[in-house]
Amino acid sequence: MNYFPDEVLEHVFDFITSHKDRNSVSLVCKSWYKIERYSRQRVFIGNCYSISPERLIARFPGLKSLTLKGKPHFADFNLVPHDWGGFVYPWIKALAKSRIGLEELRLKRMVVSDESLELLSKSFVNFKSLVLVSCEGFTTDGLAAIAANCRFIRELDLQENEVDDHRGHWLSCFPESCTSLISLNFACLRGEVNLGALERLVSRSPNLKSLRLNRAVPLDTLQKLLMLAPQLVDLGIGSYVHDPFSEAYNKLKIAIQRCKSIRSLSGFLEVAPHCMSAIYPICGNLTFLNLSYAPGLHGNKLMKLIQHCRKLQRLWILDCIGDKGLGVVALTCKELQELRVFPSDPFGAGNAAVTEEGLVLVSAGCPKLNSLLYFCQQMTNAALITVAKNCPNFIRFRLCILDPIKPDPVTNQPLDEGFGAIVQSCKGLKRLSLSGLLTDQVFLYIGMYAEQLKMLSIAFAANSDKGMLYVLNGCKKLRKLEIRDCPFGDAALLEDVGKYETMRSLWMSSCEVTLGGCKSVAEKMPSLNVEIINESEQMEFNLDDKQKVDKLYLYRTLVGHRKDAPEYVWIL
Amino acid sequence: MSPPLLGVEEGGQNNVTLLGSSGSMDSVCQNNAELKERNYMGLSDCSSIDSSVVTPGSDESNVSLNLKATELRLGLPGSQSPERNPELCLLSSAQLDEKPLFPLHPSSDGHCFPSQKTVVSGNKRGFSDAMDGFSEGNFLSNSKVDVMLTPRPSSNLGLKSGSMLENLGVQPAKAKEVTNQKVVKDSPHAANETRPNHNASANNNSGAPASKAQVVGWPPIRSFRKNSLATSSKNTDEVDGKAGPDALFVKVSMDGAPYLRKVDLKNYSKYQDLSSALEKMFSCFTIGQCASHGTLGRELLSESKLKDLLHGSEYVLTYEDKDGDWMLVGDVPWEMFTDTCKRLRIMKSSDAIGLAPRAVEKCRNRN
Repeated sequence: MNYFPDEVLEHVFDFITSHKDRNSVSLVCKSWYKIERYSRQRVFIGNCYSISPERLIARFPGLKSLTLKGKPHFADFNLVPHDWGGFVYPWIKALAKSRIGLEELRLKRMVVSDESLELLSKSFVNFKSLVLVSCEGFTTDGLAAIAANCRFIRELDLQENEVDDHRGHWLSCFPESCTSLISLNFACLRGEVNLGALERLVSRSPNLKSLRLNRAVPLDTLQKLLMLAPQLVDLGIGSYVHDPFSEAYNKLKIAIQRCKSIRSLSGFLEVAPHCMSAIYPICGNLTFLNLSYAPGLHGNKLMKLIQHCRKLQRLWILDCIGDKGLGVVALTCKELQELRVFPSDPFGAGNAAVTEEGLVLVSAGCPKLNSLLYFCQQMTNAALITVAKNCPNFIRFRLCILDPIKPDPVTNQPLDEGFGAIVQSCKGLKRLSLSGLLTDQVFLYIGMYAEQLKMLSIAFAANSDKGMLYVLNGCKKLRKLEIRDCPFGDAALLEDVGKYETMRSLWMSSCEVTLGGCKSVAEKMPSLNVEIINESEQMEFNLDDKQKVDKLYLYRTLVGHRKDAPEYVWIL
Repeated sequence: MSPPLLGVEEGGQNNVTLLGSSGSMDSVCQNNAELKERNYMGLSDCSSIDSSVVTPGSDESNVSLNLKATELRLGLPGSQSPERNPELCLLSSAQLDEKPLFPLHPSSDGHCFPSQKTVVSGNKRGFSDAMDGFSEGNFLSNSKVDVMLTPRPSSNLGLKSGSMLENLGVQPAKAKEVTNQKVVKDSPHAANETRPNHNASANNNSGAPASKAQVVGWPPIRSFRKNSLATSSKNTDEVDGKAGPDALFVKVSMDGAPYLRKVDLKNYSKYQDLSSALEKMFSCFTIGQCASHGTLGRELLSESKLKDLLHGSEYVLTYEDKDGDWMLVGDVPWEMFTDTCKRLRIMKSSDAIGLAPRAVEKCRNRN
């Protein structure tokens, strides 16, 4: 029932920005659906195969900003073969043909070709923002096209992509008339850049707020850039190697002190640790510090740096900080909300420098902690219970013990009780990753307590199907479930196939599910795509239903089987 | 009975038993063509230096592989031993220049520099290369770390269902196939980059099977991050001189020595201290030199004779600075030296001619 003219409703809807809310609004009634769809500007698609570009365009003609995710999460860890899918080209092609005035494109884990980038750059006059996270398939030539053709480009943000660096002069391709840059992040590029072009670009970009450089940008260029852009809010330093007695270093000190707005600091891809004192003046204002790519920075120098960062809210660090260093964090960073500790030596034979002690210290000292990613050597139930008590506000809790089935080293027990304490205490937990020795018991706890859980990652855990069943039955809000190397079989998979329609996707690899079981799911649920990835040659000849499936990926979709799957992917 | 010699080069007159404690060792005489050089496993593979830097599809026989599977390794535990899992290890010998997967501790260095004929630790050395000059301490610390390694209690396995075991046990085999295909297909762009290791060979301590096996996709770190860390750690090591907390370790090489050493420049406050330390460290090699010249190797050389060797016409101490240039040690103030020195090299003075001819003269004239 509609008492207001459409324009008013539209105006009201303008205030509703979250995707979830918008989706809900559109379900109220036909007229709300209509008004909502015409006024919608931002769309998020968590699985690019769940819908087609044509349908997207048809429903949201006013689309300006599109976010797409492609490959399943475990593709990050090489569990998904190359060329599995996730190509962005069809999307760009379809959008280009339409009348959509695309302004922003954000992609994650997708395959992006130079061709797509070129088409993108030429098809949308007002294109402003390109964000690529963990993508692959393009070279610096594609970037050159974006630079050259997008006249109003504001944001070019490349995060952890595999880019084939042709060392071309893509930076020089930004025309002289381009003065609109707000954010430029090319830290992931491995090749040389034209430093002169970079300096000129920065000098004509008065709105530049975020600049993240790659390793090839030396210190003296950094100094020049900082002099040109003292208004920076977010800085990523490339190379930070220099002689502390040099003129360049003195100049740098002066330049840094002028940058009073910097709140976020990252990079240090190459670092001379004895020169960190130049950074101290800006540390006091930092809210985000990312040193996770700077293994050269550790020990006392690192701790000294952290001691200056009293306002830190997010800290990404390598485990060479050690438990002791985490103690310093606990004492200094009282505003800390997010902590990520990455392994500096992923395959180290017992040399990872953080244990449960560091985590306990941080949990005690940083009461606002709500997001954690922690790679460690070991963990104890006692520590987890303490952490759960200290920090009941966790939204994301991802723990990775480097030895995948390691028990509590003190009691030799599985870590069921520890994780159980976490899910029981943290009522708002949305994302959880488990590791260590775990039995079905932990899943019982998760099913019982993790009511808000949306994403769960399991590896090398559980004893039987019961584990998976506890989760499927208990976690009502579950959206993504990814499992590897667990003894879950058909019984668990088939117990409640309807559940999968309420989820975005399910991944199971190296489990006990069989081909027959997967076929069964596909049969019962036509709204799901059930994909089997089999790389071994045996499966071609052995279509026995009892054959165990190596990798299963199923997801809900409105558009049926995809047409771009490679040979080794069977869609049942 | 001649005391165990620290050097090996003998004129074929003595049958030298090198530290008989190491087990059955044939006496070896480099120059004696009759005796075949054997390593201490009794395998006659003289070029074990080369074989230690082995490509996948190792050229060693299956027999030796099996033996290797059971041997006690003297090297750093968990150090990369490509021939052990030829299928899992996809690194070529060129790439073995990278930091090994399981360094002893962050500051240790296991680089293999083929040009220096340094052995990747963890592999057997040919007899002639197993110079006893290296400190026993190395081995001791190795075995300590052995103990410190994450224990893999067999009770764990009992808790898990049989299928788990299977999974883990099968994993390497699966990983084999999968990774073989994958690395080929996976990001072709990365093909030229240093390709570290999520797919590479396992830690080789027998008795620690799957726990240290390279499980595909574990730990769950983005490939981009893994690759970056591998590259940057390699750079840091080579370029910066590994700096621990307030330590400044630089590599020291000596022409003719089979392996390098590392010194912490922070331990010294002047050139004299560094020089003495280096003399002591490398004395074993110089004794060897003496012996080969026919002097009586049986006496321990006096310190003054050592100094003669180093300060005399034999060697010159040089360093590589931040710009990559090789400089003579001693020209700049000590602090400046420690800040710019990346590595040291004890060069034969005959090679140093190009460096600074007058400097060599200076050396000669010092004593």
